[in-house]
Amino acid sequence: MPSLGADMEAGRLVEWRVKPGDRVQAGDIIAVVETQKGAIDVEIFQSGVVESFLVEPGREVPVGTPLARILGEGEAATAVPAAPAPTPAATVPPPARSRVSPVARRRAVELGVDLAALSGSGEEGAITLADVERAAAPAASQDRAGAMRRAIAAAMSRAKREIPHYYLSATFSVEPALAWLEAENARRPLPERILPAVLLLKATALALRAAPELNGTYAGDGFRHSDDIHLGVAVFLRSGGLVAPALRNADRSDLSALMHELRDLVARARSGGLRASELSAPTMTVTSLGEQGVEVVLPVIIPPQVAIVGFGSIVERPWVEAGAVVARRVVTASLAADHRASDGHCGALFLQAIGRLLQEPEKL
Amino acid sequence: MSTAAQRLSYREACRQAIRAAIQADERVFLMGEDVGRYGGCYAVSKGLLDEFGPERIVDTPLSEAAFVGAGIGAAIGGLRPIVEIMTCNFSLLALDQILNNAATIPHMSGGQFSVPLVIRMATGAGRQLAAQHSHSLEGWYAHIPGLRVLAPATVTDARYMLQAALADPNPVLVFEHIMLYALEGELDPGVSAVDIEHAAIRRPGRDLSLITYGGSLPKALSAAELLAAEGIDAEVVDLRVLRPLDDATIMESVRRTRRAVVIDEGWRSGSLAAEVCTRIVEQAFYELDAPLARVCTEEAPIPYAKHLEDAALPQPEKIVAAARALVGGRG
Repeated sequence: MPSLGADMEAGRLVEWRVKPGDRVQAGDIIAVVETQKGAIDVEIFQSGVVESFLVEPGREVPVGTPLARILGEGEAATAVPAAPAPTPAATVPPPARSRVSPVARRRAVELGVDLAALSGSGEEGAITLADVERAAAPAASQDRAGAMRRAIAAAMSRAKREIPHYYLSATFSVEPALAWLEAENARRPLPERILPAVLLLKATALALRAAPELNGTYAGDGFRHSDDIHLGVAVFLRSGGLVAPALRNADRSDLSALMHELRDLVARARSGGLRASELSAPTMTVTSLGEQGVEVVLPVIIPPQVAIVGFGSIVERPWVEAGAVVARRVVTASLAADHRASDGHCGALFLQAIGRLLQEPEKL
Repeated sequence: MSTAAQRLSYREACRQAIRAAIQADERVFLMGEDVGRYGGCYAVSKGLLDEFGPERIVDTPLSEAAFVGAGIGAAIGGLRPIVEIMTCNFSLLALDQILNNAATIPHMSGGQFSVPLVIRMATGAGRQLAAQHSHSLEGWYAHIPGLRVLAPATVTDARYMLQAALADPNPVLVFEHIMLYALEGELDPGVSAVDIEHAAIRRPGRDLSLITYGGSLPKALSAAELLAAEGIDAEVVDLRVLRPLDDATIMESVRRTRRAVVIDEGWRSGSLAAEVCTRIVEQAFYELDAPLARVCTEEAPIPYAKHLEDAALPQPEKIVAAARALVGGRG
């Protein structure tokens, strides 16, 4: 069971997309897993032949549990007794008596839910009725929006509890960038036109190359820099909540490719077809509330990442250029960064780099 | 008669109830300290002496034991007295009459005597009247078999509970919270009677039940609004009848919401809230999804100072905090 988010502890296998005996290539989608963030396609990271399934659809298992046995090239089938999936109890000693609400205990008996396998969401970890019903529910979660809210609550609480945020913001003229983009779009057929947001994403991705302290993850053993730049994009869902899947290697994609990927990512985020790797991949995230008329966004870092950039609306403002006040379209970028991983100086240079890159849009 | 909803104060509703009862039944009269010339210490009976004269609106000496005893005698003798006691704090002077006579005579006489007596009294705190005028003793009276104890919390109940109480052949105590007198509400023209048997759901909700009565009802409703803003959908149950308690309505509510906060202006230890909680545990333990919570008055005589009085009493913020703690892990 892959980890599809820093706070994911378990997932429910919804269905297998392959059968034993099928040949699979690295990157193939082999299963669908239900998480708090919705149904996610799980990819395989090795090529070979599916020998056997270790987990049946419908079961919820902890992250790290083997789901299937894949035979690599040349590997012989082994007669393996179906290994019991490790349970969380194997690693965490259970409390002397678990806290279970009376109605949850009664309902668990009625539904045949094993209370020992549940973790409670109630006060001091008490198992509540909702926990039991969720565990017994069929694959599709009864309360997707509620689960999403809890996932966001867990991640954001952790961020504000653990991460010493610092905030910087800077306002840039995007007049040259937009002028260039308008000319560029005029040449393109309608479906290939590029949104201003893509310029901001690309500039952010390129600026990250020079700010390695902002690109990566922070774990117990400290900051780990990522060589690749996978830019998370916060996508607001109409049903409530948000997800922030990655634009992989955003610094290396050209604007057209980035536009295409962004459109695809947003569509799949909203229809529930994101891939596991897209959710766990981001090395830094961008959020934009510009469409809602917000000028400054002070975002919260998504753990285990160490930085997030928020873009406000592009607005026309009086701007001084060469001693004269002129009307210019400007945008405010705000950086929230983890002070354990970087310092304000680094963050300031990074914002400055975004601003500089936006002055030369043709190079993006 | 107009059919439009009438907007009036709780005090005015109490007065209309007394007027209507006196007009409807020649056996009904009101007596108590200052109910006549002064118009009642909370101005409920203002104007009634002029309208009905001293035989129906009777000022009494300052002796609760004497005039409550007189009321009991009048009731046994066939009249339908409404006895007003200024505040429930002073009712303790008549406790012997209420417990040892009113509540007991029908039982000890083997049903030969009934005591169709109604005693109205003001209860509760919130107007800086200090400790000897501000306590909430309805929970004590709700302990006593032989009494029916009512706590009208709405204009409609203030207007119509009295006629049901007068129709009861046994003694009925009516507790009017002092902070409710000035509150205004709509009197539904379609209602001409209310029962004195059932609790009422004043606001339906899914996530938890706020169970309360009397002066705490408006606070619970405010708390429910605050909770709604946080996405917590609270049901508000108005007990209305404190003895005998309407267990069925309480349990139905708790079975729906699986969580309850009981709000009671009495002191916490041995409170009516404790009784309600115990009944829930006895009758609906397996329906509960969280511990029960109580918001009661702090265990001190009610302070005079405004900020201390406010701090001692149940308040919407305290109710919200208790509710939030219960639904913290809501599914």
